[in-house]
Amino acid sequence: PPAHSHSDWIGPPDRHSNLRPVIFYVPPEESALERRLREARQEAQDSNQRFWARHNRAFRQEKEEFIYSRLKAKGLEMRDESGHKATLNAEEMADFYKDFLSKNLKKHLQYNRDWYKHNFRITFLMGQVALVRALRWLRWRKKNVGQ
Amino acid sequence: MSATRRCCPPRALAGLFVWRVRNTGVPQIPCRFVHIYHVANNRLITFQYFNFLKRMYVTQCNKDLRQRAKPKSDSTVSPFHELQQLDQEKKVVHKISPVSPIHQLGSETSSRNELREMKSAAETEGSVIQVGAESKEDRQWKEMKLRLDELPGILARLSKIKLTALVVSTTSAGFAMAPVPFELTCFLLASLGTGLASCAANSINQFFEVPFDSNMNRTKNRPLVRGQISPLLAVCFAASCGIPGIALLTLGVNPLTGALGAFNIFLYTCCYTPLKRMSIANTWVGAVVGAIPPMMGWTAATGSLDAGALLLGGILYSWQFPHFNALSWGLREDYSRGGYCMMSVTHPGLCRRVALRHCLALIGLSVVAPALDITTWTFPIISLPINLYISYLGFQFYRDADRSSSRKLFFCSLWHLPMLLLVMFTCKKSLLEKEDKGDLPGGGHEAAMEIRLP
Repeated sequence: PPAHSHSDWIGPPDRHSNLRPVIFYVPPEESALERRLREARQEAQDSNQRFWARHNRAFRQEKEEFIYSRLKAKGLEMRDESGHKATLNAEEMADFYKDFLSKNLKKHLQYNRDWYKHNFRITFLMGQVALVRALRWLRWRKKNVGQ
Repeated sequence: MSATRRCCPPRALAGLFVWRVRNTGVPQIPCRFVHIYHVANNRLITFQYFNFLKRMYVTQCNKDLRQRAKPKSDSTVSPFHELQQLDQEKKVVHKISPVSPIHQLGSETSSRNELREMKSAAETEGSVIQVGAESKEDRQWKEMKLRLDELPGILARLSKIKLTALVVSTTSAGFAMAPVPFELTCFLLASLGTGLASCAANSINQFFEVPFDSNMNRTKNRPLVRGQISPLLAVCFAASCGIPGIALLTLGVNPLTGALGAFNIFLYTCCYTPLKRMSIANTWVGAVVGAIPPMMGWTAATGSLDAGALLLGGILYSWQFPHFNALSWGLREDYSRGGYCMMSVTHPGLCRRVALRHCLALIGLSVVAPALDITTWTFPIISLPINLYISYLGFQFYRDADRSSSRKLFFCSLWHLPMLLLVMFTCKKSLLEKEDKGDLPGGGHEAAMEIRLP
C-alpha cells in the first residue's frame, strides 16, 4: 500500500489460509482506544491465519495420504499412463471427508469460540471508536459554528 | 446442440454480458428479466443448448440457502451455485432466478422450463465474463475505504437480496392462501417487514461467518470477506433493517407476525448459524427457519395461527430437506474442510433417507390441504404428478447416492416448490364457497378491520 494512504489495505487471499491479510494504518495521533482496536484486529488476523493455514495444510496432506493408500489398496499408481494424477471419485472420498470432519470437530469448536470472542470484541471496539470520533467531530463542528 | 440457430443467441447473451459487466453495483433483476424474456419469446435458444451448457459446468451446489437467507426461508432457491472449472479457479456463478409469477402465468410449463434454463445458463455465461475481470482485480491490494457509489451493491450482497426476495415471495404465498379478503396495505406491509427482517438476519449471518466463508468456494466473494465493508457497518445495517422490520410487522400488521419474525431472526442467527458447526441438527432448525415465512404471511392476513398456517409451514419444512440434502451432496469436500457438520458428510445414509421421507411427506401434506378446507380436492390430484416426480427423484437419490441423482433432485426442487404453490393458489377454496357454507372465520374480518386503523 502506498505510503501516503490513510486507510487500511486488504490484499488477495492467502495461499494457505484463504484469508485476506489486512495492513492496518497507524495514524500519527492514535488514541489508546484506537490502538487497542488495531491490536485486537491484528491479533485476530494472526490467530485466524495460523489456524487456517495449519488446518488447510493438514487437510491437503491427509487427503493425499488417503488417496495414496486407497490407490495402493486397489493396486494402482499415483499417476496413470498419461501422467495425470489419479483421483478417487466422490463416493470414495466421502469416507475421508467424514473422518476428517469428526477428527477435527473438537478443534473447530474451540476455534469457533475464539473467533466469536474476537469478532464481538473487535466490533465493540469499532463501535466505541466510531462513537468517540463522532462526538469529537460534533464538538469541532460546534466550536467552528460558534466562531 | 443445434448449430443452425446459434448465431442469434450469442448476440442476445452478449447483450447480457456487457450489461452485467458494466453495472455491477445496480440490482440487475428487472432488466435481466426483460432481456431474457425477449430471448425466450424469440425461442432462439433450444432446450438442448442450455442443457448442454448446464452439463458443461460442474455444479457445486451450495446450499446457500441456509447461509443465505435469514434464511427465513433457508431453502428457497439458492441463488448461487458456484461452479468450479478445472483449469482455473474461476468462480462461475450460476444463478437460478426466483420464480416470477407474472412470467409463469403467461407461459406454459415447457416454455417455463426453457425460460428457467435460459436464465440460469445466460446468467452463468454472463458471470463468466464478469468473474474473469474480477479475478484479476482480486489479486491486487485494495484500499479499505467505503465507497458510497458501491454501497447499494455491497448491501444487496450482504443482505442476500435475491434470497430475501424468495423469502418474501413465500410469505406472499402464505398471505394469498389465507381465507380472507385480500388487503393490499396489509400485504405490502407484511412483505416489506419480512424483507427487512430477512436482510437483517442474512447480514448477521455473514458477520458471524467471515473466516469460514473465505474458505469455501461458494462464499468467497462476500462483502465482509473481501473487506468492502466493516463488521461494524454490517451490524449497524442489520440493526437498521431488523428493528424497523420487526416494528413494522408488530405495529403495522399484528403482534403475532412481529413475534414470528423476531423469533425467526433469532432462530437463524443464534441457533442455526452456530449449530452448523456443532451438530447435524442444524438442518432441521434451518428447515423451521424456512417454514416460518409463509406462516408469517398467513398470520399477517388472518391474525392467528390456524391449521392452514401450519400446513403451509409444513409444506415448506418438508421441501427444505430434498432441496438442501441434494445440494449439500455435492459440497462435501468444502463442508468437511470448513468444519461444517452436515448430514451429507457425517451421515450420508440418513441424508438420503430424510430427503426421500420428506418428498413423500409432501404428497401427504398435499392431501391434507383440502381436508383442512384450504384448497379444493383438485389440488392433491393436480399436484400428484409433480409430487410423484420429486419423490421418484428422491428415491433415485436414495438408491444411487451419486452426484447426478443429487443434482437432478436439486434442480427439480427448484421448480417444484413454485409450481406447487402456484397450483395451490389456483385451487384455493374461494371465499364465496366458504361463505355459502357459513365457514368463513369471523376472526379474519376483525383482523382486516384492525389493520385499517393506524
